[in-house]
Amino acid sequence: MKKVFRMEDLDCANCARKMEDGVKKLDGVKDAKVNFIMQKFTLEADDDKFDAVLQEAVKFCKKIEPDCRIIVK
Amino acid sequence: MTKRQKKNLIRCIAAGTVLVAVYLVAHFLDLPWWAELTLFLVPYAIAGYDVVVSAVRNIFHGQILDEKFLMTIASLGAFAVGENAEAAIVMLFYQVGELFQSIAVGKSRKSIRDLMDIRPETATVVFDGQEKTVDPDEVNVGDRIIVRPGERIPLDGVVLSGGATISTAALTGESLPVYKKEGDAVVSGCIDLDGVVVIEVTADAESSTVTKVLELVENASEKKARSENFITKFAKVYTPAVVASALLLAVIPPLFLGINSGSVWAEWIERALTFLVVSCPCALVISVPLSFFGGIGCASKRGVLLKGASDLETLSKIRTFVFDKTGTLTEGTFHVTAVHPHKMSEEELLDVAALAESYSSHPIAESIVLAHGGHLDKKRVGNVTERAGYGVEAVVDGEKVYVGNSKFMKEVGAECHECDDCGPCHHHAGTVVHLAHENKCLGHITVSDIIKKETPTVISELKTLGITKTVMLTGDHEEAAKEIAAESGVDEYVAELLPAQKVEATEKLFSPNKKLAFVGDGINDAPVLMRADVGIAMGGIGSDAAIEAADVVLMDDDLSKLPLSIRISRRTMRIVRENIVFAIGVKLAVLILAAFGLASMWLAVFADVGVCVLAVLNAMRALRLPKKFLPKKA
Repeated sequence: MKKVFRMEDLDCANCARKMEDGVKKLDGVKDAKVNFIMQKFTLEADDDKFDAVLQEAVKFCKKIEPDCRIIVK
Repeated sequence: MTKRQKKNLIRCIAAGTVLVAVYLVAHFLDLPWWAELTLFLVPYAIAGYDVVVSAVRNIFHGQILDEKFLMTIASLGAFAVGENAEAAIVMLFYQVGELFQSIAVGKSRKSIRDLMDIRPETATVVFDGQEKTVDPDEVNVGDRIIVRPGERIPLDGVVLSGGATISTAALTGESLPVYKKEGDAVVSGCIDLDGVVVIEVTADAESSTVTKVLELVENASEKKARSENFITKFAKVYTPAVVASALLLAVIPPLFLGINSGSVWAEWIERALTFLVVSCPCALVISVPLSFFGGIGCASKRGVLLKGASDLETLSKIRTFVFDKTGTLTEGTFHVTAVHPHKMSEEELLDVAALAESYSSHPIAESIVLAHGGHLDKKRVGNVTERAGYGVEAVVDGEKVYVGNSKFMKEVGAECHECDDCGPCHHHAGTVVHLAHENKCLGHITVSDIIKKETPTVISELKTLGITKTVMLTGDHEEAAKEIAAESGVDEYVAELLPAQKVEATEKLFSPNKKLAFVGDGINDAPVLMRADVGIAMGGIGSDAAIEAADVVLMDDDLSKLPLSIRISRRTMRIVRENIVFAIGVKLAVLILAAFGLASMWLAVFADVGVCVLAVLNAMRALRLPKKFLPKKA
């Protein structure tokens, strides 16, 4: 499953790059993209594990840039 | 400004005011060192408490080379060596810079969003005579929607009733609106200028043109260009390298210059701290993709879709252009180019032919009817029989006529000579349609595909842009190819190619240092589009195959978008290079100055955030199209 999430207050392009690289290495993540300009986060993972993986990814991004939020609907 | 930006602005002003006050107090009163330190810590804390907090948090998260961490070390280090004022100023400058950067990025995001604001938020569905406003996502194929003047068409569909002038400018960049009436297909994202139309939806929100176009543009930045990858790699080694040299700079020179002298240590540590301030690669990381995005956005506004930043980069280096003939250099539709009657006038011959062909939907028949142009009284026509592959047999004004190719003439026993025999017709290579009355030849009409009117200008314009070779490929016969090649001004042509042979012919044209672009209509040249360095498909609206196979999609059939795309790509690449050189250059310069003790920490902060803001502003230039790039109106 592939889902796109909106991001808020993503101010640092270097952090966006770090997030993308880091999330890609997380367990269960097939692919991840952080689009700095559109402020969009794309995550691809297996359907059954998706929510757990998403939580891990959000936690990871929070570590890199505490001000930035991923809007999980 | 967002809430956060406003809050930060107030903080910066407050910190600045306090800092000036503290500076004056410290200047005129002879305070003990601890009192001075405490005083300067006040504006420092106002400006940078959050930076310090996240720096500490980041240490626990293992993020040591984070920008905030480096800033904290640098400023605290300045306090440690007794440069209290400098420490507070650096933190304040850093925050002001961050604020500017955030505003600049926000502005550029907004201009990009505005540019792509072509997807309507709502659709008005008509059901049982009732109108309901809904999200376009909720509309199904087959539903009927109503679009009023001034509104954007939310979904692809066919006009059921009504008619309106539609502007496709947002998708194609074409400023001339077109009139759409019942039965015509309309594309989402276009604006209804004047009439009310009811549309039957043929594609849901997800597969409608406007969604696909936006997706393409938004995701284009993910297909990274080489210069972008270079920057990413550079950024990865830059920070650790600068931090490492900062460490060396703090330790090694004092070992030789005065291991026991406190002031020597303080001096070199301060220089090292300045290094830390310059170590963030943000300006580069931010401005290069933003420039590409600007260029891609600028092109999309003109109806040129670039699928990735890498395609923009390659496009700027194209030296060889290979064109498909039919539908690319030529109109792709037939036109009557010569009428040669034997014993009647040209008008009479065309009149008979048009009447006989008036019931046929064959492209050649349609071109003859179009060339006639006048009113066709169908009462004069009786008993029409179409003979596939041959022509038409019809009764016109009570007389039996045959209209068709020479095979047909042979079959009915009419002696019609080939076109080659008649002089004036010779230079119009094309399809010959003979006319016969019983077995008597009346004359013939030559129908050919004509060159687009902009083709010769575009070819010569490409040459002035430094395109060294232009080649035309076609499946058509030698003579037709020769004529079109001569009219258009291409350097070379290869005729009578089967679709598969076009790939081979293109491969022969590859040369290591000259990038090659193939331009086609995307219908049967997908393999060549994919094989070329850059595949450019024309007439992208409504053609999924073309969008799939090509790297660059021209939304309409307008060839003049080619020189425009080249110009946009080159300009964008220039801005990218400017940013790379500017950012790396300034940082290196500050590093060198700092190593020799000539750069203050303030200058270093400027090199960090100031360069970043300037690079973002420069990147935004890529979004705008300079007036001189626009085609001159005749």
